[in-house]
Amino acid sequence: MKDLKIIKNIEKKLLYEMYRIRNIEFKIAEYYSEQEMRCPVHLSIGQEAVAVGICSYLKKSDSVLSAHRSHAHYVAKGGSLEKMLGELYGKETGCAQGKGGSMHLIDLDAGFLAAVPIVGSTIPIAVGTAWAKKLKRDTSKTVVFLGEGATETGVFHESLGFAALHNVPIIFICENNLYSVYTHLRDRQSPNRSLKEIVEGHGIKHFHGNGNSVEDVSSIFREGTFENENNAPVFFEFDTYRWLEHCGPNYDDHLKYREDSEVSMWKDRCPINTFEKKLIDEGILSHQELEKYLEKLNIEIEEAFKKAKKSSFLSKEHLYEKIYSD
Amino acid sequence: MREIKFNKAIREATAYCLSEDNMVYVMGLGVPDPKGIFGTTENLLEEFGPERVFDMPIIENGATGIAIGTAIMGMRPIITHQRVEFAILSMEQIVNQAAKWHHMTAGQSKIPLVIRMIIGRGWGQGAQHCQSLETWFAHIPGLKVVSPATPYDAKGLLISSIKDNNPVIFFEHRWLHDTFGNVPEESYEIPLGKANILKHGNDVTLITYSYMTTVSLKAVEILNKMNISVDLIDLRSIKPLDYDTIINSVQKTKRVIVVDNGWTDFGVSSEIISDIATKLGNQLKANPKKIGIENVPIPSTRELAKYCYPNLKTIVTSVLELFDKKVDDAILPEENGMPDVPNKYFLGPF
Repeated sequence: MKDLKIIKNIEKKLLYEMYRIRNIEFKIAEYYSEQEMRCPVHLSIGQEAVAVGICSYLKKSDSVLSAHRSHAHYVAKGGSLEKMLGELYGKETGCAQGKGGSMHLIDLDAGFLAAVPIVGSTIPIAVGTAWAKKLKRDTSKTVVFLGEGATETGVFHESLGFAALHNVPIIFICENNLYSVYTHLRDRQSPNRSLKEIVEGHGIKHFHGNGNSVEDVSSIFREGTFENENNAPVFFEFDTYRWLEHCGPNYDDHLKYREDSEVSMWKDRCPINTFEKKLIDEGILSHQELEKYLEKLNIEIEEAFKKAKKSSFLSKEHLYEKIYSD
Repeated sequence: MREIKFNKAIREATAYCLSEDNMVYVMGLGVPDPKGIFGTTENLLEEFGPERVFDMPIIENGATGIAIGTAIMGMRPIITHQRVEFAILSMEQIVNQAAKWHHMTAGQSKIPLVIRMIIGRGWGQGAQHCQSLETWFAHIPGLKVVSPATPYDAKGLLISSIKDNNPVIFFEHRWLHDTFGNVPEESYEIPLGKANILKHGNDVTLITYSYMTTVSLKAVEILNKMNISVDLIDLRSIKPLDYDTIINSVQKTKRVIVVDNGWTDFGVSSEIISDIATKLGNQLKANPKKIGIENVPIPSTRELAKYCYPNLKTIVTSVLELFDKKVDDAILPEENGMPDVPNKYFLGPF
């Protein structure tokens, strides 16, 4: 009985965490038009399940690195919401005091080491992080989130080769959302290309799953990491979909770069709705319970926005600081 | 004092840092091979083991990112490139990531990283094996650029670079590896960003670095014989550039020539002369001059390549012109050997 209760609580937490990301992202989208958050934002709406499914299995001491669409990973890893919003508003309370912006989130206390927008660039950096841990006999995990576009870069293949050669304990998480900005996968990759074969060609194990199912993500991740006894590099690929435009707060389906039917099909597979329905149907969660959580969440988010808006910008002398380390 | 070669000074500095701090490691194509990066990494693998000294796949950009990742975790990587041109493949990681990391993280992370880049010259190296691209890196806030001219400086500057908490691009001219000079056995550091006044004089300031420092030293000897006294400044670091030492000297001599180690268009010499012009323009007794590599790709054939590089005569002539004097060929040393190999005259001791 006790175990069942624990499982139920874990499942509820997974749903809550996905809601938390989505509602933060929608609130960013809502306030973005005020033009106070003056930096590019790549919102994670639709892709919450991968971030939550993976990060729910990570400890604080484990490390995560990400790329341009990193809000979900940052939040799921336990990054401070107030610091993230402060960063988007360019304020000194931001996680990088406004010097980084949405594309350079960091929260070292939470183990979120870095995110950068140059596609593919955090992949070798993450391999280096994992490798340093191995050399220092530090057994905590290192996870790097990347998109399917990043698997087209040269540095991706360089990093896989090195990780395999030195048996670096790095965990690659590839979120395949089909699009690089407006360009579909079929216009970028040969139909004969198999990411699985590329990864396995380097001698690295490849796992594949439904990235819109938080249960699938976490069970595949658990399986893949638990059976990895000698801490070899391991690769997970999850299919998912972004709802909003590549960069910015809006839907952009009027541009017709993707079929309406495709968008609606993926929205039907919404990672939150499907999981929520399951939890309610199975009696794990009640509507009232969820409402109560969402109310509390809304207050947390609004408070964090208020704080970010009220905070100050760094003064001019800080422009010249922290370019070089002492 | 003991005399050793430049390449051994590099090796000694590396070995010292490896033994002093177990966070230091060396990675690069050919590091443990029988040639050991022109002797600079010879037997380091045997001495420090394969977790500290190792080869790498041909993944310049990836390896730089990997080094950055280890630096974030507190390690102090040294990467080697046998020619600058291979490092070009890693510009993304150097310029976007390493250089900006400390800034982007608002000082929460730092990247202590040394990238050794070797500038080739001679023996038909051709367009892709002999470029001096110091200015590419010196243009970027967040990087430091160092370029020693003597064995003594090679050791002291490399130790300082490895101990520095920032990404440092360390340029070695291939023709310096076999030069020799006094190098103390104990460790010592030479501060980054400080130029060295090698000769003191009042008539003209000669500013240079790297291989051209060795040629300029000989030029100064000749000029002294012709009663022209020269302030000879070896930059040691290209970034931070020691503007103060330069300005103080030119304020005194009121004449300046910069002997660039690379192309003069948008080069180190251009930066220095523009700084002098904005600060001392109306005090100069003569127009400043820049001497450097012809602004063309360097051809492989020695019979064309020899026209690309300034030499002892170019420097002496340029200085004499400032005083309306002509060079007396008798005073110049005889050319000994072919122009595509280092002239024995410039081997040292330095």
